[in-house]
Amino acid sequence: MSLLPVDTPTALSEFADSERRLAALSAAAETPAPSAESEEWRYSPIGDFSPEAYTAPTAAPSSADVARSDGQAAAISIVDGWIVSIDVDPGWEAKGLSISNADSASRSLDVPDPGQFDHLHLAYSPSTLDITVPGGLTVNEPIVITSHLTASDASVAAFPHVRVSTGADAEVTVVEHQTSEGAGLSVPLVELTADSASRLRHIVVQQLHRDTWQLGRLVSTAADQSTLLSGIAAFGGGYARVRTDTSLDGRGATGNLVAVYYGDESQIHDFRTFQHHRGPGTLSDLLFKGTVDDEAGSIYTGLIEIHEEGAGSNAHQTNRNVKLSEDAWAWSVPNLEIRNNDVRCSHASTVSPVDIDQQFYLQARGVPPTIADRLIVAGFFDEVLQRLPDPAVVELVRNLISAKLDGRAA
Amino acid sequence: MSELIISGLKATVGGSDILRGVDLTIRSGEVHAVMGPNGAGKSTLSHVLMGKPGYEVTGGSVTLDGADVLAMATWERAQAGLFLGMQYPTEVPGVSLEAMLRASFEASDRSPADVAERVLVEAGRIGFDEKFLTRPLNVDLSGGEKKRNETLQLGVLAPQIAILDELDSGLDVDALRMVAKRVKAATTEGDQPLGVLVITHYSRLLEELQPDHVHVLAKGQILQSGGPELATELEETGYAGYAEDTPADTGPVEFDPFGEPHGV
Repeated sequence: MSLLPVDTPTALSEFADSERRLAALSAAAETPAPSAESEEWRYSPIGDFSPEAYTAPTAAPSSADVARSDGQAAAISIVDGWIVSIDVDPGWEAKGLSISNADSASRSLDVPDPGQFDHLHLAYSPSTLDITVPGGLTVNEPIVITSHLTASDASVAAFPHVRVSTGADAEVTVVEHQTSEGAGLSVPLVELTADSASRLRHIVVQQLHRDTWQLGRLVSTAADQSTLLSGIAAFGGGYARVRTDTSLDGRGATGNLVAVYYGDESQIHDFRTFQHHRGPGTLSDLLFKGTVDDEAGSIYTGLIEIHEEGAGSNAHQTNRNVKLSEDAWAWSVPNLEIRNNDVRCSHASTVSPVDIDQQFYLQARGVPPTIADRLIVAGFFDEVLQRLPDPAVVELVRNLISAKLDGRAA
Repeated sequence: MSELIISGLKATVGGSDILRGVDLTIRSGEVHAVMGPNGAGKSTLSHVLMGKPGYEVTGGSVTLDGADVLAMATWERAQAGLFLGMQYPTEVPGVSLEAMLRASFEASDRSPADVAERVLVEAGRIGFDEKFLTRPLNVDLSGGEKKRNETLQLGVLAPQIAILDELDSGLDVDALRMVAKRVKAATTEGDQPLGVLVITHYSRLLEELQPDHVHVLAKGQILQSGGPELATELEETGYAGYAEDTPADTGPVEFDPFGEPHGV
């Protein structure tokens, strides 16, 4: 089995919209495979990827439904890219919150800079999870998605597709938990669309198995006066990559982009971010903080692009990395492209070991070195955690950081 | 009764001799002031006593109640009863005062259960605004608040011997009085009164602390020792009599093996 045509076309013919899918698969086969030679994949181990190793399931796996917990507006379960259950609070449904398993027959390739994996996503993604919050509705309980990848004889490739849109002056928080059991490939696509003056928050907590690869995309657009928060907390995966494209289209739109990541052993976390300022007076604020231990690595490359129409924009980009071991590595490459002079931009990037003055301060008060480092590293992430909206998520992420630090001491 | 004995202590920074044989003995309940010109090695002495990285001890010994301090890691020195009140307390983002103090208590046989209560009591004694207690360590604190924070920690940790490096810098007159009063009280309170080694340029702090012994550190050595009257004398005459010929003591510096020889 393989993701690229050998025997896959017959499997795809089981879908109702097989013609569209087969065309996408042909396009994927004709598109050059990503290579670390290109800027977009620089420093990555993508050269080790082989599509022959994976199979995308063409039928929904049997899986138990996931029911809502108290305080959740909805709970959705996605397994191997298939939407297996949707449980929406009837109260929110009555107010107009709509969550559906949408037919993807009319899908087209509309992500920026499409590559081979985007064509593959179009070919294999079973359907679209469509979350729509109508204008004026504030959903003050989170919508929780669990996206799981099973392990089987053949390594599974999953292509989940999530679309969230908020109408004018609407508000919602969507939390997505990503997990897996073993070797596999996760290729999630998330599209966020915030209409005028709406508040859309999307947080991913990535806890994939170390043998799982992830090649994710997150594409968001923000209309005038809307506020977008896109958060990523990445702890798992072997090579786990997310490309984030944020387009601030309307006047005064705000994009807050945050990430925490913590790699150890041989994990590689890879983030490519694009902050497009297309509307006047737009604001973007990116804060990505990560830690690498053992032989782990991280890659951050980011571009702030102020377009001609982006007068009066403010754009900030900060990436900080703490190296906990000699062999760990981190690439941090921030970039600016400014085509309008009336803007304020800043970028900062650091890669450094734990600060020796901070270590000395804590140790001089009687704190043993391993505990001191633990406190300092946990504290390093605090600035990001303060920007996450959902207390349950903050607690979970804090615990996941602690678990990583515990593993270190062991 | 505790006793810190510094004997013939020599140390280098980046290849330069800064301490050239320091002898000092500090006992429980005593207040010693070390004064001296810029670059005399005062801060180096405090850093070396606490084991700050970047300094090399090239001779002498330091013992606390007979235990070899120089053989201990920094945190072990603190657990053994040494405290360093820093001239420039480091900002530690995301780490709370209480979390640090609890970790320190947990590493000893002391119960961390009453840390929060002790912090509140100490804050009250030195007029440290409670709103600062929840901030990350030293982050966004003024110079004076940082010094109060150091004094607060001294009160909570209750060490045997405290080395206070320029505790007075950044403090206004009222704050200085409260902080000095707290330190002074520690030297008389309880069954194990605090021994203090206070490092300062100025006699203002000493008026409050009333040291039993005043020492002049210059050229890396204790050149003169006396009673409180020595501080008064220095206030009038300055350090002109202890002319400096060593490089400025600004902490670890990059040593350039191809540069001009200096410091000898």
